Amino acid sequence: MNWLGPEELDAVLLSLRVSFWATVCSLPVGLAVAFLLARGRFPGRQLLNSLVHLPLILPPVVTGYLLLMTFGRNGPVGRFLEDAFGFVFAFRWTGAVLAASVMAFPLMVRAMRLSIEAVDPKLEEAAATLGASRVWIFLTVTLPLIAPGIVAGTILAFAKAMGEFGATITFVANIPGATQTLPSAVYAFLQVPGGEAQATRLVVIAIVISLAALLTSELLARRVQQRISGT
Amino acid sequence: MSLSVTLTHQFPGQAIDVHFETAGGLTALFGQSGAGKTTVVNAVAGLLQPNSGKVMVNGATLLDTNTGRNVPVHRRRIGYVFQEARLFPHLTVRQNLHYGRWMTGARDVDDAEIINLLGLGHLLRRRPGTLSGGERQRVALGRALLSAPKLLLMDEPLAALDESRKAEILPFIERLRDQTRVPILYVSHSISEVAQLATTVVALQNGRVTCAGPASEVMSDPKVVPALGMREAGAILSGHVVKHHDDGLSEIAISAGSLLVPQTIGAVGDPIRLRIAAGDVMLGRERPVGLSALNILPVTVETLHRNSSSESIVKLRAGTDAILAQISNRSAARLQVAPGQALYAIVKSASIARRNSETAIN
Repeated sequence: MNWLGPEELDAVLLSLRVSFWATVCSLPVGLAVAFLLARGRFPGRQLLNSLVHLPLILPPVVTGYLLLMTFGRNGPVGRFLEDAFGFVFAFRWTGAVLAASVMAFPLMVRAMRLSIEAVDPKLEEAAATLGASRVWIFLTVTLPLIAPGIVAGTILAFAKAMGEFGATITFVANIPGATQTLPSAVYAFLQVPGGEAQATRLVVIAIVISLAALLTSELLARRVQQRISGT
Repeated sequence: MSLSVTLTHQFPGQAIDVHFETAGGLTALFGQSGAGKTTVVNAVAGLLQPNSGKVMVNGATLLDTNTGRNVPVHRRRIGYVFQEARLFPHLTVRQNLHYGRWMTGARDVDDAEIINLLGLGHLLRRRPGTLSGGERQRVALGRALLSAPKLLLMDEPLAALDESRKAEILPFIERLRDQTRVPILYVSHSISEVAQLATTVVALQNGRVTCAGPASEVMSDPKVVPALGMREAGAILSGHVVKHHDDGLSEIAISAGSLLVPQTIGAVGDPIRLRIAAGDVMLGRERPVGLSALNILPVTVETLHRNSSSESIVKLRAGTDAILAQISNRSAARLQVAPGQALYAIVKSASIARRNSETAIN
């Protein structure tokens, strides 16, 4: 990768790392919330739904600022985490993971929720009459049937995390080698005269990664769909 | 082999209050849609929690709201064949069939025998999406059986199928009834299915049992007629084949004499079940002559049951059997029909309901 400068390479690798962890960490939480929203009947369900979707509607800068207020070193949660576990989000790559997770969360939950709602509960009843406990029903019937939604949600979340800019730059700034993700780097290069060539190279990489993610998701989704459609 | 069900449940707009006991074989839960049949079956399976009730299968209590006992669905060991098959779309036919065995660990069932009985051998590698309706329902039946159930529930398993597919599956269910020791609770609103399959009939109407007992008794009870609908009412008679005539008719001996049936079935001496629809029986005070009808039986009026402002059902005694006749109230008045009266029943047609198998009644 000689044609990439160290700064650019750093940005690409950091973005991949941030997106990977953002996706992995959101996956179990996203699945749980998707189940709550699809199947749960509890007061405050609409509130939870709105809360999950909020980052989709709010300007990303606002989300980033709210994260800074809450998880920053002077924020209530941020201070607690630092005092108790020595864990810091602000101006670290972990903060970029948090920002990307929050921003990608609604897309992930939405895709999963739709696939859960599409599962016929009558199939789960049938599994119960055949002797399957709740855990086994989930593992052998529900999970395989919602697999396409999980795949779609995961890839959407990954792509969104790769492209996240506003909340990230507001929450963890734009420190090369520490918090400068690919979009932040493109932005930074465009701010200095003569940075267009570097920006263009990163833009090409961004396009390639996004296309690869889309193709993979299509392929996976089609294979899973074939498996579960029963044909 | 026994099944005992007591249930009360309040739905918005409908109350279910049901009690029945059967000795085994195939018990048909019979009634029009909305009578509460599926509610009863779901409560037995544990898919619905009734307000109160008690369910016992072969002496084991599955549910008793008085003691708080409530065996969870997956431990009830109940095979449930649903109206819409409910096969797992992501599994092959073989995997669907073996699902219950994986979950219950019941290895004692001979899967080859059931796969043979249901004719599923050539379908094992297929997926449910590629099966026809009849094939799907057979797989669903096999899947339920292979979970080694202590009770088999069937909720209108044939309702979604056309006549030829029904004819494909009915013999399998007959064989199950006769060859396995598992009691079957069979929900249906089809009189012909019930006539062919049932050992015991429990008639439901508006959430209550209107009549319960051996199939032939229930079907000839005028009280059940409203639950069946006028068109469907009819009696079941037992007899045996006496002779096959050259002109294509079979002579069936029944307790009151013999009937000619326009088809050849069984061998001479075979027991047989006939169904005579109430609408196919006319009554006369004297033995009619010069009539095209071949079958005329001397009968005695048992009861007269006024069913509507214009129609009545007459229950007749023919030998040891009962026959139902549907006549207009005007005819009833003209013939002066009264209990004990001797009449002649002109049977326009009789159909063979099933081969009468003694093993079914135990």
